[in-house]
Amino acid sequence: MQYVILGSGPAGISASEAIRSLDSRGEITLITDDQDGYYSRPGLAYYLTGEIPEDGLYPFQAQDFKRLQIGMLKGKATRIQPEAHQVVLQSGQAIYYDRLLVAIGAQAVTIQNPGAELQGVFKLDTLENARQIVKMVRKGKAAVVIGGGITALEIAEGLRARGVRVHYFLRGDRYWANVLDEQESRIVEQRLKEDGVQLHFETDLVEILGKGGKVIGVRTAAGEVVKCDMVGVAVGIKPRKELAQDSGITVERGIVVDDRMGTSAPDVYAAGDVAEVRDRVTGRFTLRSLWTPARVQGTTAGMNMAGEKLHYTPGAPFNVTRLAGLTTTIIGEVGSQEVDKDVVGIVRGDSETWRQIPDALVCQAGFAANHLRLLVGEGTIVGGLVMGDQKLSQAVHYLVERQVDVTPIRDQLLRSKASPADILASFWQKITPTTKTQTPKAR
Amino acid sequence: MDWLGMFKTEETRRQVMAEGQVVPESNRCVQCGICSFHCPINIDVRRHAWLGVPVKDSHCLTCGECVTRCPRGVLRFERTNMFE
Repeated sequence: MQYVILGSGPAGISASEAIRSLDSRGEITLITDDQDGYYSRPGLAYYLTGEIPEDGLYPFQAQDFKRLQIGMLKGKATRIQPEAHQVVLQSGQAIYYDRLLVAIGAQAVTIQNPGAELQGVFKLDTLENARQIVKMVRKGKAAVVIGGGITALEIAEGLRARGVRVHYFLRGDRYWANVLDEQESRIVEQRLKEDGVQLHFETDLVEILGKGGKVIGVRTAAGEVVKCDMVGVAVGIKPRKELAQDSGITVERGIVVDDRMGTSAPDVYAAGDVAEVRDRVTGRFTLRSLWTPARVQGTTAGMNMAGEKLHYTPGAPFNVTRLAGLTTTIIGEVGSQEVDKDVVGIVRGDSETWRQIPDALVCQAGFAANHLRLLVGEGTIVGGLVMGDQKLSQAVHYLVERQVDVTPIRDQLLRSKASPADILASFWQKITPTTKTQTPKAR
Repeated sequence: MDWLGMFKTEETRRQVMAEGQVVPESNRCVQCGICSFHCPINIDVRRHAWLGVPVKDSHCLTCGECVTRCPRGVLRFERTNMFE
């Protein structure tokens, strides 16, 4: 059996592992157009801040690929020929497959403003991008960052950690308006300010100014000119669906897959950021750009490619990230009616489900750094956001994911003056009496 | 100075070191590698998180370096219940 995997992200890697667990003899060829192969893309944020060196970003070493008997091939697939069961590469080489997985991810959306081609305009999509940023920073002194969501913030924080003066432009009046509520946005903004990031609200970049091919500043819609040496852009991502589209495979915003991760072409599967899966809550096809769903989808696809019959059920969307130094967990529907003008479609670490407007009431606890927001539905908790102290995030995830009946504490949560965090903690303890977690106090 | 409190935290710390182990919550992990990079005795904590298994390495000092540095709160100490 010949298995071909396109893409070296978590979906492609976990699919390879899954195939190998069922088929010890089949030939697995992993083809990637990322010169650096498999590394932690979310880890790039910590590479930028200097928390981890470049060679620490690789979860697998050569012996791991050897153990799994994965043949790595650098190259870009330009066409899938489902009838011939072939993938054609840019080099002209055609590779036969019995089963194919397309897990080539998503890529950053570029901007079309005048000056976007100047030297010093960058994105954070790949390890190579991150290397370029680190190189530039040595020369650069000031930067403008545009975009919403996690990646834009990671760029701003990374540059700041390296001593760059950072101007962060937001088109709207607050940060990540379609996921965070106002208080949460303000917490993040306050911490960014304390870090020395200059926030420019309701500021729209219209032109990047250059001299000798290099960035020297930007002009805003209001006519203001901000001098800078570089411009970081993170306005959203889009699934790399063109390969499938050009090959006659059904696509919408991503490659459409059934619940076994199969595409419209026989023996061709898709997983991860490039795939569009049906959401269990809304019934709609939804984009997610999260590590864990990519991994689970990859595993499901791999198992099915090797002959199993597994169904993928998207769980409640769940992501953990760090916003201005605060560990933040976002679970289920957290809903907001606001449109985030800083984002085109979806950003990395994002799920569209978060923006479903839940039929739920909000209760909140905490101030400043530690913050909990729960969306309380009819009998369940439909979503939550935990910022700072993460002790309750497991509880919230459990309650949302399993749709646990919270009727016994619903009134308390919504009406009592006691902190929702305390109410939740004691309820959690009652339903899981065996959980014993210790955190060392002294360090 | 709260001497009693100080002894207490010291006691808690020792207790964790003797009875605790590092346990990952895999679905929070993005394999960034900060944990493995900072482990003073080079345990590949990241791989434990990928596999979803506790760090049972007998050499683990339970120093807490990985737990503290993880940017996503993946790791925590849990009692091993070895003596219960």
